Amino acid sequence: MSLQDRLLALKQENQKRIEESKELGDLDKIRVNLLGKKGPITEVLRGMRDLEASERPKVGAFANAVRDELKEAIEQQKKVLEQQEIAAKLAKETVDVTLPGSPVRTGTPHILQQTIDDLEDFFMGMGYQVVDGYEVEEDHYNFEMLNIPADHPARDMQDTFYIDQQLLMRTQTSASQARTLEHHDFAKGPLKMVSPGRVYRRDTDDATHSHQFHQMEGLVIDKHITMADLKGTLLAMAKHVLGAERKIRLRPSYFPFTEPSVEVDISCFKCGGAGCSVCKYSGWIEVLGAGMVHPNVLTAAGVDPEVYGGFAFGVGPDRLAMLKYGVDDIRAFYTNDVRFLEQFQTEG
Amino acid sequence: MDVSYNWLKELVDVPVSPEELADKVSVTGIEVPGIVRPDAGLKNIVIGHVESVKAHPDSDHLRICQVDVGEEELRQIICGAPNVAAGQTVIVAMPGARIKDNVKIKKGKIRGEISNGMLCALQEIGFSDSIAPKKYSDGIYVFSEALKPGSDALEALGMHDAILDFDITPNRADTLGMRGAAWEVGATYGNKPHFDDAPVVEGATPADSLLSVSVDDAKDAPSYNLRIVRNVKIGDSPLWLQKRLWNAGIRPLNNIVDITNYIMIYFGQPMHAFDYDKVAGHKVQVRRARAGESLTTLDGNDHELVRDDIVIADADKAIGLAGVMGGLNSEITKDTTTVVFESALFNHANVRKTAQRYNLRSQASSRFEKGIDQSNIGLALDTASRLASELAGGDVAKGVLTATSVSGAPVVIDIKLSRINHVLGTELSAKAVADIFDRLGFGVTTKDEDGDTIYTVSVPARRWDISIVPDLIEEVARLYGYDKLPSTLPESTLTVGVLNPTQSRIRRSRKLLEAAGLDQAITYALRGGNDNEHFALETSSRTALAWPMTVDHQDLRENLVMGLLDAVRYNGKRGETDVALYEQGRVFIRSTDQKRPAEHEYLAGVLTGNLVPSNWQHGAKKVDFFVAKGIVEHLLEDFNLAGTVTYAAKDLDGAMHPGQSASIYLDGQRIGLVGRLHPAYEAQNDLPETFIFELNLEPLFVAARGDKTAIPAPKFPSMTRDIAILISDKVSNAEILDVINSVGGKYLQNVQLFDVYTGNKLPAHTKSLAYTLTYLNPEATLTEETVENAFGEVKSALQAQLDAQIR
Repeated sequence: MSLQDRLLALKQENQKRIEESKELGDLDKIRVNLLGKKGPITEVLRGMRDLEASERPKVGAFANAVRDELKEAIEQQKKVLEQQEIAAKLAKETVDVTLPGSPVRTGTPHILQQTIDDLEDFFMGMGYQVVDGYEVEEDHYNFEMLNIPADHPARDMQDTFYIDQQLLMRTQTSASQARTLEHHDFAKGPLKMVSPGRVYRRDTDDATHSHQFHQMEGLVIDKHITMADLKGTLLAMAKHVLGAERKIRLRPSYFPFTEPSVEVDISCFKCGGAGCSVCKYSGWIEVLGAGMVHPNVLTAAGVDPEVYGGFAFGVGPDRLAMLKYGVDDIRAFYTNDVRFLEQFQTEG
Repeated sequence: MDVSYNWLKELVDVPVSPEELADKVSVTGIEVPGIVRPDAGLKNIVIGHVESVKAHPDSDHLRICQVDVGEEELRQIICGAPNVAAGQTVIVAMPGARIKDNVKIKKGKIRGEISNGMLCALQEIGFSDSIAPKKYSDGIYVFSEALKPGSDALEALGMHDAILDFDITPNRADTLGMRGAAWEVGATYGNKPHFDDAPVVEGATPADSLLSVSVDDAKDAPSYNLRIVRNVKIGDSPLWLQKRLWNAGIRPLNNIVDITNYIMIYFGQPMHAFDYDKVAGHKVQVRRARAGESLTTLDGNDHELVRDDIVIADADKAIGLAGVMGGLNSEITKDTTTVVFESALFNHANVRKTAQRYNLRSQASSRFEKGIDQSNIGLALDTASRLASELAGGDVAKGVLTATSVSGAPVVIDIKLSRINHVLGTELSAKAVADIFDRLGFGVTTKDEDGDTIYTVSVPARRWDISIVPDLIEEVARLYGYDKLPSTLPESTLTVGVLNPTQSRIRRSRKLLEAAGLDQAITYALRGGNDNEHFALETSSRTALAWPMTVDHQDLRENLVMGLLDAVRYNGKRGETDVALYEQGRVFIRSTDQKRPAEHEYLAGVLTGNLVPSNWQHGAKKVDFFVAKGIVEHLLEDFNLAGTVTYAAKDLDGAMHPGQSASIYLDGQRIGLVGRLHPAYEAQNDLPETFIFELNLEPLFVAARGDKTAIPAPKFPSMTRDIAILISDKVSNAEILDVINSVGGKYLQNVQLFDVYTGNKLPAHTKSLAYTLTYLNPEATLTEETVENAFGEVKSALQAQLDAQIR
């Protein structure tokens, strides 16, 4: 066999071996055996000594070409095997993507807290400050300063948890109205505040009554605050809390600390006003009380009612949450059943 | 107040249906939450005249009646009522009729005798027991006057009516009488009401020759007036009067008592009638109850009176509780012949307290509590006397016996148009406002001044709720219509609306705890008597309610833990054993010399069961001391306190596990606790293994904060050294850290505990701890030598100071 024939045979034989190799390790062995110094190609080249000088370059070039082709074939096969190896690894790593993810345990803010925070944020956005009142309040601030004189029915022992003659558990967050009014310096600008917190009434706990619940008082006092401003503010709040389509309705009412006083209804968020069980088929839901601050309240706090005036409102987060989420028993807010609490994890 | 639509229409023009009226009045004045139609579901019920009655051959109690119902022939009806008798005008449900509860009346036979209908009691056609006349409670109803047989019985009974429920606010008691309701409805539609007030005809005998009257203190009874009507004949009221009463929810009794009730619902003026012959000494005195005095009221109940009660008395004794209820000893009975009518104004506070004290709240007392029309006290008395003469044939004695009186004059208020528009945010015209005052029946004169209109408004006494300018503005607003008010937002100097640092800190702490897996709880702040025994962070005196509702809610809380333990128990009973809750709220801390408790913001948590439930990848993560402590550490680190927080197993509460609890100190001040409940406490209180923590946030709000100047990320690499030591189990981690930190050198950045081992492979009373020490020089690359030297210092100090063996 001539050298060229041997080289050709070598090439054909090894190309087949390369293509048939299944593992990178095997392929590497082939490469070392074939292309190494003791490999068959080198050996063939050694035989060139016996050739004519004129033949040598031709055979040498042919030998180099064969070596390059085999090198190339090894590279090709290496890529194929590498791809296969990756594919096998991925296959091995494949998981059932329908298995549940690892649980991330986070706690849930109380739904009443969420309701209060939402209202606070809304009013802060309109420049209101958040005022923390006292839960133990003086009779003076809870009643007297709010134009509720000593023999007024609202001051019945029946309805109020008194601690002694002067001290009581506040029955309304309006108590912080009077305190803030007293200290506010109107030379530094208008008073715009909300005051959320716990209030207490001498009630027997049942599905619709709780001796402890929450209120948020709102108060705006300046020189040019109108009842139309009250209406606009409450309309904006209703839209924020219960949806952009909400409308509001004011009805005459009575509170000692406002005049005029109104009850505020919001168009039913469930039926849009058509009538359903949530709104008791009236299309409207009564949610809060409001009014223009009574001059006696301003005077008692040392504010001149001829110069300053404004509005106040009181909203009940418990009632709001009960309506919005269809909670039918107020006690659910205070028994803290984790199954009840945790359902409000997601944004409502 | 139950307002009869039909009666209302007699007093004022009502241009709309009852439903439309209810809707309209609800948004302009008085809420009308409901309408009742007395005839709802009833049909084919007619007037019948009982012609004859005979015994049923086959029954002791049934009778066979022949009844004229306006047909050619009499109808045979079997009746079981004991009071049925020939000559009566009665209610007949014809075959095919529907009576109460949609019961259908059919033709039939009763014990063999044909019965073509049913004679009815009022309750059988929907009257409640509380308003049906007692006289007929055991039988059928018998009309007090003849009516045309076959005519509509429901019409005769006034049942084709709509009763509107006027749910008044306390300031609108002016509508607790039909006249006031008519004024309100009239103002809504721009119509004036009309009342047919006829004069009372008096006889010759002067009233003051029959009776003397006095009031001890005019503050108790600012107006007190009596009239005497003689020779009355007590009997049933005519049907028109009975209808008025039962449509207002009041039971007819007899003509005189019915007249007093009628006056109350017509004028809003509560009245009372005494039997003149039972008034000892013919002397009436309004005075306070005397010590030891008692009275049996008309309802038959005895009351020991107190000094705060205003009583009506004769020469010997109390005969009535002023404004609340009359005494049985002067009651109108069928034998009464001379009546004393009382029309008065009593002090509202006394009436309220007396009614409350004896549980005698009534339509009368509630009217005195809320106020009455002071201009109609006399007219009400005259009208009652006139009716007594018309309906009971009495002679009205000459003159009114008046002990005290009030003027009932209008209140005059000046108000500017500009003020009204300024407050409401409207642009109402001068005429529009004047019209509203006129519709309300207020006198109004106007004058123009500087381009403004000034109204002088004369408000009649029937609207005693109105006394100042804002009251008039409310009248304008509601009758103009709140729906027409524009909706605007306040225009004023801009103000900053942000949470203050304390509020922000509270919100942030809540978020951190939620991120750590705790649900927020809200528990009751009023606690049972034993709930302040444990878990106190500050010493406090008890603050208790003067008059609690229940023993479970009588003291103000001094810790937040007890409420959370309630929640653990509540959940446990419902099978929820993995509970992680926190509460943020106030406790009430009072020193003995304080009356008013300070309100301190606290934060507390409870953990029981597993914090993370088991899943297909991992086992459950059970809570333990270090889970609870980790949460507290995480929370406190966030405060970036400049001071040092330490945990020590001292100052521990008796309800806590002595080996798994710590007090938390900030620079030596105790600010909190963390740990497990004492197993004995858990057992006694039906609690599972429970870990708690509680923090007093007040010192944390004001504590100095650490530096917030930025530190660049290190330019040079840090080096670490690990050290494992064998040491006595009496030595705490904190002590070891103290030693390491004190000798660690200036390049020691951090000491991290990475292993704790206790077990029987170690010598008795020892433990093995392993730490990684991290060294860093921010200015240069550390050399091995520097670190080795520093690390060597640590090793020798641990050996020398704590007798540690380096492993």
